[in-house]
Order: sequence, then C-alpha cells, then structure tokens
Amino acid sequence: MTRVYVVDGARTPFLKARGEPGPFTATDLAVACARPLLARQLFAPEELDEVIVGCVIPAPDEANIARIIALRLGCGKKMPAFTVQRNCASGLQAVANGYERIALGLSHLVLAGGTESMSRAPIQWNLEMNAWLANTMRAKDFLQRLKSILRFRRSHLKPVYSLLLGLTDPLYKMSMGQTAEIVAHRFGISRESQDAYALESHRRLVAAFDAGHMKPEIALLYDNRGGYAAEDNGMRRDSDLGQLAKLRPVFDRKYGVVTSGNSSQITDGAAMLLLASEEAVRRHNLPVLGELLGHEWAGVEPTQMGMGPAHAVARLLTRQRVKMQDLTQMELNEAFAAQVLGCQAAWDNAAYCRDELGLDAPLGSIDPTKLNPEGGAIAAGHPIGASGARLVLHLLHALRRKGGTGVATLCIGGGQGGAMLMRAERSAA
Amino acid sequence: MNRPEAMQATHWQLEIRNDIAWLTFDVAGQSANVLSRAALEQFEQHLTNLAERPLKGLIIRSAKPSGFIAGADVREFQEISDPAVAAELARTGQRIFRQLESLPFPSVAAIHGFCLGGGMELALACTYRVLREDPATRLGLPEVRLGIHPGFAGTIRMPLIVGDFIALDLILSGRTVSPKEARAIGLADEIVPERHLLRAAENIVRTNPGARRAPWFKRIPNWKPLRRLVVKYLTKRVAGKAHPDHYPAPYRILELWQQRANEEQEAFSLGELLVSRTSRNLVHVFLIGEDLKRHGRAQAHGIRHVHVIGAGVMGGDIAMWAANKGFRVTLQDQKPEILARALKRAGEFYKKSLKDPRMVQEAMDRLMPDLNGDGLQRADLVIEAIVEKVDAKQALFRDVERRARRDALFASNTSSIPLETIAQGLSDPSRLVGLHFFNPVAKMQLVEIVRGSYSSDEALGRARAFTTALDRLPLDVKSSPGFLVNRILMPYLLEAVKLAEEGVALETIDRAATDFGMPMGPIELGDVVGLDICYSVAQVLAGPLKLDVPALLANLVNEGRLGKKSGRGFYEWDAKGHPQKPKAERNVYAPIAERLILRLLNEAVACLREGVVNQPDAVDAGMVYGTGFAPFLGGPMRYIASLGETGISHSLYRLSQEYGKRFEPDPGWSQTELFRQPSMSDE
Repeated sequence: MTRVYVVDGARTPFLKARGEPGPFTATDLAVACARPLLARQLFAPEELDEVIVGCVIPAPDEANIARIIALRLGCGKKMPAFTVQRNCASGLQAVANGYERIALGLSHLVLAGGTESMSRAPIQWNLEMNAWLANTMRAKDFLQRLKSILRFRRSHLKPVYSLLLGLTDPLYKMSMGQTAEIVAHRFGISRESQDAYALESHRRLVAAFDAGHMKPEIALLYDNRGGYAAEDNGMRRDSDLGQLAKLRPVFDRKYGVVTSGNSSQITDGAAMLLLASEEAVRRHNLPVLGELLGHEWAGVEPTQMGMGPAHAVARLLTRQRVKMQDLTQMELNEAFAAQVLGCQAAWDNAAYCRDELGLDAPLGSIDPTKLNPEGGAIAAGHPIGASGARLVLHLLHALRRKGGTGVATLCIGGGQGGAMLMRAERSAA
Repeated sequence: MNRPEAMQATHWQLEIRNDIAWLTFDVAGQSANVLSRAALEQFEQHLTNLAERPLKGLIIRSAKPSGFIAGADVREFQEISDPAVAAELARTGQRIFRQLESLPFPSVAAIHGFCLGGGMELALACTYRVLREDPATRLGLPEVRLGIHPGFAGTIRMPLIVGDFIALDLILSGRTVSPKEARAIGLADEIVPERHLLRAAENIVRTNPGARRAPWFKRIPNWKPLRRLVVKYLTKRVAGKAHPDHYPAPYRILELWQQRANEEQEAFSLGELLVSRTSRNLVHVFLIGEDLKRHGRAQAHGIRHVHVIGAGVMGGDIAMWAANKGFRVTLQDQKPEILARALKRAGEFYKKSLKDPRMVQEAMDRLMPDLNGDGLQRADLVIEAIVEKVDAKQALFRDVERRARRDALFASNTSSIPLETIAQGLSDPSRLVGLHFFNPVAKMQLVEIVRGSYSSDEALGRARAFTTALDRLPLDVKSSPGFLVNRILMPYLLEAVKLAEEGVALETIDRAATDFGMPMGPIELGDVVGLDICYSVAQVLAGPLKLDVPALLANLVNEGRLGKKSGRGFYEWDAKGHPQKPKAERNVYAPIAERLILRLLNEAVACLREGVVNQPDAVDAGMVYGTGFAPFLGGPMRYIASLGETGISHSLYRLSQEYGKRFEPDPGWSQTELFRQPSMSDE
C-alpha cells in the first residue's frame, strides 16, 4: 500500500440558509472552491486521475454531480468522476474513497470533497399527485380525462420537503434533533452546558478568523451581483448566553433542551481536497499538507445517531494503536452540542466503553481545548455533504500549525459514525 | 479578373444518386466558398445540363467546413470601374438564379455555417432551404455594409418569402439571423442538427410539400396606398443611422422597394452603387480588415490560459472578452471588491450577448477571479492593465517574470508609456509586447500590437494571432508616444477644445464633425471617454508632439467636470446618459470641420513619415476600426488620396498663417513616396 497525502484543499465560506433558495447550486459551490485550488497547482486539471464528490441532496439536474463538477472545472471530457452518499459523512466518504484508490495504487491524483446546497433542496410533489398526473396524461379521450381531472384532491398539493425528510430517520421517523434529545437525556447533558458549548464554538471560530488561521483554507466566494463572501456568515460575534437561553427548543418543543442555537446551522457550502500518491508528489514536486493514515466506520442505534463518533473513533484508535492523549487535535462535527458532549461523556464512562464499545478500560475523553479548538459546525454551519471534507481540510491546516496527529469524525444520520486519522508536520513558517 | 487558374479549376462536384442530383460547391484553393464569376459560370453549365435530365430534385450544399457561401467575390468588385460592367455582372447572376428557380424539379439548399449575400440569394432561388441548427449557421444579406444592395434578385425574392417588413429590415441593416430566427420568419423550411441535414434535404425534395411564401398579412406593407407611408417611416429610421450623402445604398433599397422594381432595375441600381466612391471605400475598409486578420492568422498563438492583472474597466473587459472567446482566464487585482465588480459586469454582458444559460455558465467558469495571482504561474499570456504609472508597471513585470512560465508571452495594455521603459528590469525583454485595446473592448474591433525595440518577431506574431482569435483586428504599430490611434486623434480633440475656447458653440463643433462623417463629435467623445483621461493622455503627448493643451481642458478637470461619468463635462449629461444639446446651427461655419480634420490628417501623415505604421492602409485601418473615422471615406489616407496631398498641404499652410504653428504641414506631405506605398493586400 502506498502512502496517501493531501497536498492542498479549499472550501467556500459557508452560507446560512435564509429560508429561500440560496444564490449557488451545489455544483457552483464545489466549482467555486476547486477552481482556485486547481489554478494554484503546477499540473493541469486534466492530469487528475479522478474526481469524487459527496453530496446528499443534489438538485434534480445534478445527477452524478461529481462529473458535472469535473467538467465545469475543465478537467476534460475524459475525466472519470463519481458521487458518494453517506448522509452527513458524504464528504468524508469521498476522501475515504480517494484514499483507498490511491492506497491501492489505482490512482495517483484525486480531487475529492463534498458539497451541499441545503437551501436549494428540492420540494417535490407527493406520490398521489404523481399518480394523478400520470393518470390524467394517459387518458385516451375527453371523458376519461375529465373523470381523471375530477379525481383531483387538495391533498395532492401537499409538498414533500426533501430537506426535512433528509434530516429525519427514515425508519424511526424521528428528526435528527430528537435523536440529540435522547443523547442529552441519556448522559444528563443540561441545556446550560449545551448553550455554553455553543457559545464557545462561535467564540473559537471568530478568534480563528481574526487570527488569520482560516485564510489558507477558504476560497473567496463571488456571486454574480458584485458581492463576495470571505467568512462563514452564520458565525456570530455578538451572541451571549442570555440570548441563547431565550431560544425555544425546536424538536421537542415543550420540554426539550436542543435549540437552533446549540445545533449546527443549515447552510450551503463545499470543501474540496487534492489527494496524491507518493509518486505523484514526487513527479509534480507537490508540497505536502499532511498524510492520511486510515479511516473507520461504525454503526450505532439509529435513535442515538449522535453517538456515532464515540464508536468510530474507538475502533480507529484501537486499530491504529493510537491513544486519545496522543492526539494533537480532534475535529468532531458539531451536529448538536448535546451529541458532542455525549461522545465525550461516553469515552469517560466505563460502563459505556465496556458494553457498547467493547473496551476493557475507558478510552478517556479528549482534552476540551484540543476538541474543535477553532470552533465547529454550530458556528460555521453544517452543509451535510461538505462537512466531512471541511473537517479533514481544517484539521490538516491546524496540524500543520501545531504538528502531530489528529482525528476528524462525524455522526451520521441513520446511526453511524465515521473517523479518519491523519498527521502533519509542523510547518516552519 | 480572369485568373487563368481560376477558369480551369473545378468549383462544383456533381453526383447523381437515385434520381437526385447532389451539387457540391467547393471553390478550388480557398477555405471559404465565394461566388466568383468563374464559379457562377460553372454553376450555370451544371444547371443547363441538369434541366434536361429526368430528376426528382437537386440538392445544393457546400464542401467547406466553414459554411455554405460567403457571398460574391468582393475582390472582384475592386476591379470594376464601369457601372455597365457591374450591372452586367448582376444580370448574369440574376439569369442563372432564374434558371435555378425554374428547374422542372424542386431544389433545396442544405445550409451550414454562413450563407451570406450572393449565397443567400442563391438559396432564395431554391425551392427549399434546410439549415443545420447551431450557432455557426448565420444567414443574411449584408451587402448594405459594403455600400451596395443585393443584385442577384435578393431584393425581390426576400419579401416574397419572409414578408416586406422583415425583408426590408434584413436588407437595410445587413444583419444576419440564426437558424431559429430563420425558421420563425419563414426563411428556413426546416432546421435540423448536423446528423440529419442531408437526410432532411433529401426528404424535402422527395416529398416536395410546396415552396413557402409569406402569408398575405406579411405582404400588407406592399399594398400600394401603404407603401409610401412605410417608406416614409423607414427613411426616418435610416436617416438616424446613415447620412444620405455618405451612404446612399439604404435609400436606394427603399426606392427600389417602393417602385416594386424588377430585376433590371435592381441590376442597374447595383451597377451605379458598386462603382460609387462610398462603396469602393467601404470595400477598401472591409478588405484591409480581412488583410489584418490574415496577417494575424499567419502564426500559431499557442495560448490557452490568459492571466490579466488589473480588473479595472479595461482589464476586466479584456478578461471578460477573452473568456467569451474560449480562453481560460484568471483575473487578478488587489481588492476582492474590484474583482466582484468585474465579474458582475462580465455576467451581465454574457447574459445579454450569449443568452443561453449554459453558455453563460461556461463563459463564467472560464473567468476566474484570482486575488492571490495563482493563475500567473501557469498562464501562457500575461496581460497587464494596471494604472498608468511607470514604477508600478516595472515592479509588476519584474515580479511577473520571476513567477511566470519561461515561455509565457507578456503584454502591456499601456496607452502612453513606452514599451522599452516598461521592459527595463526584465531579463528577457523580447517577450514583452503591447496589446493596446480600445474601450469598450466588446465593441471596438481594433487592437494595436505595439512593437518595442526589443520585442521579438515571435512574440509579436503570437500577440497578433491571439488578437485574431479574439475576433479583433491586430494592427502593428511602433512603440512611440500615443502609438497610432490616440496620437492621430489627440490634435483633433484639442482643436475642438480650442474652438470651444474661442466661443464656438459646442454642438456646432460636434455637428461639423458628424456632418463630415465622424460617428460622434469630438466634444461629446471627450465627455464619453472622460476628460481626466483625455487630459492625462494630452499631457503625455504634449511634449513629444509639441501640442498646446488648451487651458479649458485643465479647468474642467480641476472643477471635477470629468464628462459623462461625473454627469458634467463639456455637456450636462442626464440620468439616462444622454448629453443635453441645443440644436446646432444649421449653417456650419466652414473652417470648423476643416480645422478639426486637417489637424487629424496632418498627424496621420506625421505617423506615416515617422514609421509608426508603414503603410497608408494601416493608418486607415487604425482610424476606421479604432475610432470609427468616416468609413465611407475609407480612412484618412484614402481621403487624402481622393483630394490630392498637395491641395491639403496648401490648406494646412493657409491655416498656419491664420491660426499658428500647429497647422504647419508636416514634412511628410512633400515625401510623395509615403503616399504610394503598397497596400496591405498586395504584399
């Protein structure tokens, strides 16, 4: 197996969904960040071996979005490309696929990442409407058609929101926020501690932007109306605990503890990475950002999907023989504050580690200062298909500053966790 | 005219398959089909021969990838000086096309690419027209742009097929139509993708559904009582665009239509127009444009990626235009706000000009804002369009040379700084040339290719080829103050300011220039360009050209009256961007135009004498395509030739006695060889 490097990457600023379709399609977003990424390479886009993109809810005209992105980037008509979908970890899955293709020696240069335009998630006709339309079209004469038309009911107009369905467990019919409520209940995580965690996420992200730490990973996002974005626009510089405390729970409306303030934001965004084999690094004399060491996936109880990282990280560290305290940094996707804190609690909990993770001794939680030190999805947003790639990108840049090993991990709707181990040399600069 | 090889060469291939004749037009030795006399004669022989045979139909097509037929052979026009000969040529075409129309079986033109002028008239004489549907296919009767009108019965057949209003619009404007529009107006019987073109052509002659004619309501304008009104209305519209003394052709077109002219009248009128001064000059202008293109194509540019530095109006527009023409472009500037503004402008332009959202997206995808200048390292061509400051440009190119590829071509869009100065500090100055675009880039056809004393032939050739690939005309000029176009224009503009200073009404000055044939008066032009820009260029040129810059110009700039952009310059500009002009005095005091134009001509001769360009034709090309100098006069040098240089230099001398040294005839006026240099097409 050859070693797999990440040589560069870029993401768009994440744009908060404002309740109407945003200015960019998922394809636009991926192109907007991958285009400058490719422009600064010394090789031409045509020299890539393949393009892999994670995306959960592409628009109806974005079938195999990876191929559309590859063509729009000028990678040439001969560029193979495929799209992967693993819900919230689709971006990580794309990177994992790229990693495997390179590790096996099948590819040398892969563009991999994720994109999502959640604000543009389609709204569809329901099945009754589809059936009625088909019936009316099929009618052979006027009478038949009239009969069919008269069968129309107002309920046919009830739309299907693909975004809401995407954020609902398909079997247990429970929203993702409700699964977070279960985790909060199980580990006794209070509303106050969740709000405090959320506030800290914003504070950390603001500090990272102000210190210029985010600059290397962000590509400015220009619209066609004379504007541009340089920062995640859901990030709040002015929030405080009092404001957070005022928010009503949105999932379990009466007694719940999970609010929009301590959950990740619905956003549009994309993150793309360039993966390279040792040989490609040598051939094109590429600067190395970091090395991918391996990844692991785990299934968990769907109604507690937020616990996915607890399981995936446990398996990853065990297999890679790395201890929690060896990590310089962990990026654990902040789908919900409750679920991040739940994972931390689980790793400290001997019974959970024994019964659920199959470990002899507790794994031990990670030092909170090493967990999402530059904030997370609560502040930046969670464009579901893109987040996995963003975590890898950000972790590598952070490790480049600090030097060492890190884990990027996410919980996955439907009850899974994914985790990836990576390492970077501390840069001289 | 009767080139022996042209007479012998075969231009048509005939094949008969299953009772259908396939006649393929393939002019020997050329990349585009033109209807030369020889080609027409061979066509006639084929028709005579085919008419005798028991056939189901005739399919006419072109073997050239570029298109069906580009029109008549414009170069043949130049050799005709007798109106009777010209009319006879028209009669020949008319006779042959009549023969085509009256074949005993249906005929179809299977059209791809351009189908213009005589080619369009040939297609009109066919029973059917089937078009390949793609952006390259364009149909039209552009004769009016050469100062003539269709002469192979196009003015007669077009109204029958598409109706009178549409036909007159097409013939008067000379515009071309897309396949979709052609079908909508009834010009095309069918439009199909490439893969079905021949099948569709064969199908239509076999089924022979009947020739298309304009429905009765489209022929309403042709009713006798209405005709006079229609002509009155259209004459008014034409008058807004073309002066009858300068451009008689559109008025003749209306006359012919009003008289319901027959073929003989069309031929006679064409004969007169073809040998007219206007037409000969417009043909001259057209041909020197073609020559510039040919010159541009002589070398390969090898450019795919263009990096433009400076996203102001010029840099932004150059980037926008290059991406529009298929180049991958990175656009660099120091501020994202400026890049965002340039992208917005580009997006709006693409939406308006390309329309198809997918094409707009493709163009936008090719145009990348590049705050960090990442595109520089892989670019094949780097164009600098930053502020006109020597230090800044030198520093920039030093940095560019360090980071760019070793074989990248460098270009500056400077309008006033000598290339040699900018090249200082480059270790290899041979790769630097000037690419001087004119504003607005999307409209102005000319690009001055500025040759510095170090510029290599290879670099210049690549720059020319790149310009041609942008659908722009590359004109070689020597690096010297103002190059060609701005230099010749400046004395003319300053004289206008001088006249204003003397108290001549602004609109009277402008009126004198437009009556002469300029597209816009000098005062208005100054306001549109921006008086600050005029002033700074004037200052740069004042020293080397010994120009007096009138104080009025400086005063206006100091008062912040910068022209259209600030709402006030010489004129007051309204919110819609129109200058507030009182009506000009009708009887223009004669020396105004004379003073304006003679200073321009004097500078043109100076440029020629100093070798800024090396042919009179080049001066004409620069001024007509770069400034819109009266095309019907064929350009300044052509104008001088028509009046005689001695007369003009005498007039200059007379004016210098009256108004001062600035009118002193340039020494070039007495060097007769300057005026007799070979034209570009003779090379």
